[in-house]
Amino acid sequence: MTMHQVPAEDTKPAYNYAYLDEQTKRMIRRALLKAVAVPGYQVPFGSREMPLARGWGTGGIQVTAAIIGPSDALKVIDQGADDTTNAVSIRKFFERTADARTTEATEEATIIQTRHRIPEAPLKSGQVIVYQVPMPEPLRKLEPREAETRKMHAWAEYGLMQVKLYENIARFGEVTTTYDYPVLVNGRYVTAPSPIPKFDNPKMHMSPALQLFGAGREKRIYAIPPHTSVKSLDFEDHPFRIQSWTEPCGLCGAGDSYLDEVVIDDRGARMFVCSDSHYCETRRAEGHRGAMLGDAALTGLVEETKP
Amino acid sequence: MSAQNMIAPGFSDPVFQSQAAFRALLDALSEPGTLRRVDGDITPPEGMEAATAIALLALADYETPVWLPQALRDGPAGQWLRFHCGVTLVAEPGQATFAVIDGTAAEPTLAAFNPGNDQFPDRSATVLVQGAALEGGAGVTLSGPGIPGTRDIAPNGLRAGIWAELEENAALYPLGVDLVLCHGDGMLGLPRSTRIEEAR
Amino acid sequence: MYVAVKGGEAAILATHDLVAEARRGDPTVPEITVAQIREQQALACARVMNEGSLYDMDLAALALKQSQGDVIEGAFLMRAYRTTLPRFGSSEPVDTAAMAIRRRISATYKDLPGGQVLGPTYDYTHRLFDFALMDGESEATPRTAPAPLDAAMPRVPDILGAEGLMEPEVPPEGDPAPFDLTRGSITFPAGRDVRLQSMARGDEGFLLGLGYSVQRGYGHSHPFVGEVRVGEVCVEFVPEELGFAVDLGDVTLTECQMVNQFQGSKDVAPQFTRGYGLVFGHAERKAMSMSLVDRSLKCREFGEAAVYPAQQDEFVLYHADNVEAAGFVEHLKLPHYVDFQGELELIRRIHKEREERLARQNEDLPEAAE
Repeated sequence: MTMHQVPAEDTKPAYNYAYLDEQTKRMIRRALLKAVAVPGYQVPFGSREMPLARGWGTGGIQVTAAIIGPSDALKVIDQGADDTTNAVSIRKFFERTADARTTEATEEATIIQTRHRIPEAPLKSGQVIVYQVPMPEPLRKLEPREAETRKMHAWAEYGLMQVKLYENIARFGEVTTTYDYPVLVNGRYVTAPSPIPKFDNPKMHMSPALQLFGAGREKRIYAIPPHTSVKSLDFEDHPFRIQSWTEPCGLCGAGDSYLDEVVIDDRGARMFVCSDSHYCETRRAEGHRGAMLGDAALTGLVEETKP
Repeated sequence: MSAQNMIAPGFSDPVFQSQAAFRALLDALSEPGTLRRVDGDITPPEGMEAATAIALLALADYETPVWLPQALRDGPAGQWLRFHCGVTLVAEPGQATFAVIDGTAAEPTLAAFNPGNDQFPDRSATVLVQGAALEGGAGVTLSGPGIPGTRDIAPNGLRAGIWAELEENAALYPLGVDLVLCHGDGMLGLPRSTRIEEAR
Repeated sequence: MYVAVKGGEAAILATHDLVAEARRGDPTVPEITVAQIREQQALACARVMNEGSLYDMDLAALALKQSQGDVIEGAFLMRAYRTTLPRFGSSEPVDTAAMAIRRRISATYKDLPGGQVLGPTYDYTHRLFDFALMDGESEATPRTAPAPLDAAMPRVPDILGAEGLMEPEVPPEGDPAPFDLTRGSITFPAGRDVRLQSMARGDEGFLLGLGYSVQRGYGHSHPFVGEVRVGEVCVEFVPEELGFAVDLGDVTLTECQMVNQFQGSKDVAPQFTRGYGLVFGHAERKAMSMSLVDRSLKCREFGEAAVYPAQQDEFVLYHADNVEAAGFVEHLKLPHYVDFQGELELIRRIHKEREERLARQNEDLPEAAE
């Protein structure tokens, strides 16, 4: 039997703990162990058909399902926020299938599944961050054929990537990739960091947390162990630089976080707020107030609670 | 007498014991040289360390050929592994996905196992090395991914040439085998990405 | 203090209720039953079974009911269920030569042993609305044929094969178990087992378009329909503990074999080459499209250049899967505002820097140049 039937109170057949059958978990776990042994290399795996759509986090979900246990606390974010619809849906999936203890607090989480962001609060040793990856192959936009990109990785032939980045500079004066900005992992493999803004790239370098990447539709898993070199590709005369804003978060006043733009009327007025909802909330709880907190309450973005 | 009566039991709760064992292995290989303990609550078959047995219960199945030293292969350990994991035991080291070796035996050397190929370095073997102790031996210094700076380890009861073999293995990077040293309920990971320096 | 207004979970639950309401439609109209879909929408069920890779007419009908007739959503339901099923083993190969024929036609022979059997086909219907169906007045008047069909219905390529004119198809050396693309990750170049599996579950529309492209010259195929046959075959399974085959039941299959222009070399006399399609249920268009693309993908084996889309296995196999394709296309609906913010920041900065540069250039210009 490949399906372990957990006896429920009403004796109806049930799905296995964390949905995946044990044989599938073993297959994914073996892939993960090889992934940490060769940082940044994409390990092919027998990605399963999931009850959620391909492209909606099935890679990250399979990785989380293969690692999660009863002592874990799971945080799920999308665009940095815990309340984004797909994050809510994935969190619900693990509450339902793995009886998972979930949290919104970055520091309490042992597993953080994410789409498009790395939390602002520095990650700690012992934490695992699981990235949902749509396109694991950083060379795909240069060479669509898997058979070719595989050879390029095998021989560390990354000249094409350098040429593409340099063409960018020639045309626009800088590299115009703003997210999914390619990195060199452990000095060997050019790797896709997933579509996180390049603002987050420096957080990957020498992180004390274990970073795991799952691409379900493309059937690849890769990893960056803690304390591993992750270098954003650049040139001596055009060093890598991250986004910056001219104003702080309108809600909490943070000047060091990645900001989302919120359009607040039909005349183009806008405010900038932290994309990391937990970071913003924590700062507000500590008494930080942004300049536009009152306006945000009026537009229904936040509400005032009595202490 | 049924097979169950002759063969020692495996995990009593496969779902959660496999998960815990895997997390220990994941930690061991992502932070090389750190000592990880597994609590599988099992009695390993003769000739197998508990950590070895637990790692194989958690990871091996019909998709992963296993190489064991002759004595283990022909003894209760081989039978136990076939019964609980449904694995194929292979006589040729190069065919194995997982291998268990005696840390003191001269053969087979690490070079006998599959190091993967340049397009698929993940197809390499994982070698579980059974040693006398994970500390108290001659020290070596590790560096590389998973290690902030350097990390010193001093496992005991390993053949003299093993560090030289590991240096050769690391030189194949990104090819190469990945090692897990096992003793009692302890394990210590040495993936191919780890660079090793013997104390002079 | 101010806390973020959160409504994601409640909103998601509300969408489930709205879907249920939309699915039901006008409650004064009787609800459709799964049995009705199974019996009266069998071709749609076949498509869901094929693209969902699971032969189960009842589940296919349920999938169509649950998805409001959205075939890809239905196939997705089938696959998500299929992947959780325990595997007991593989059946014995089915023998389509022993098929209980419902329909069998050949374009290569005017007559042949067993004859042409038109069976149920839309081929010669005039596409005029039958308005009587609007009022639920369909009348089926099955008539018994004057004589039973021949017991022997040899497959056309076998007839050619007996003459040595058809490319023989034999299992690879050692007859290894076929790859299972639902359990493993495929690599390229892909073997024929992987290609056929992938196409059998591939999107009918995608394969139809590719097959058509081959006919129009984006490929080197000049095919004849050797045979299309539809009917029931028996599925047998050999349980390990019994050691002999047990009949599991019948499945309806459609098989198409295309006969293509011959190939030969110094050592091998010229032979026709084969394109093969085999699918669940009555699904001729799918089986024919599959056999056109199958032959096209054999280009490497025959030393033909692979220059067109239908000849490139990686292109065909990666893009034929409509559940994967739909997931990735539709994921663009998910929030991307973090990435978009990065683009906004960049384009605004490039604009600003450009304006500053132009302003500087204007200042530097001597007045005479105006």
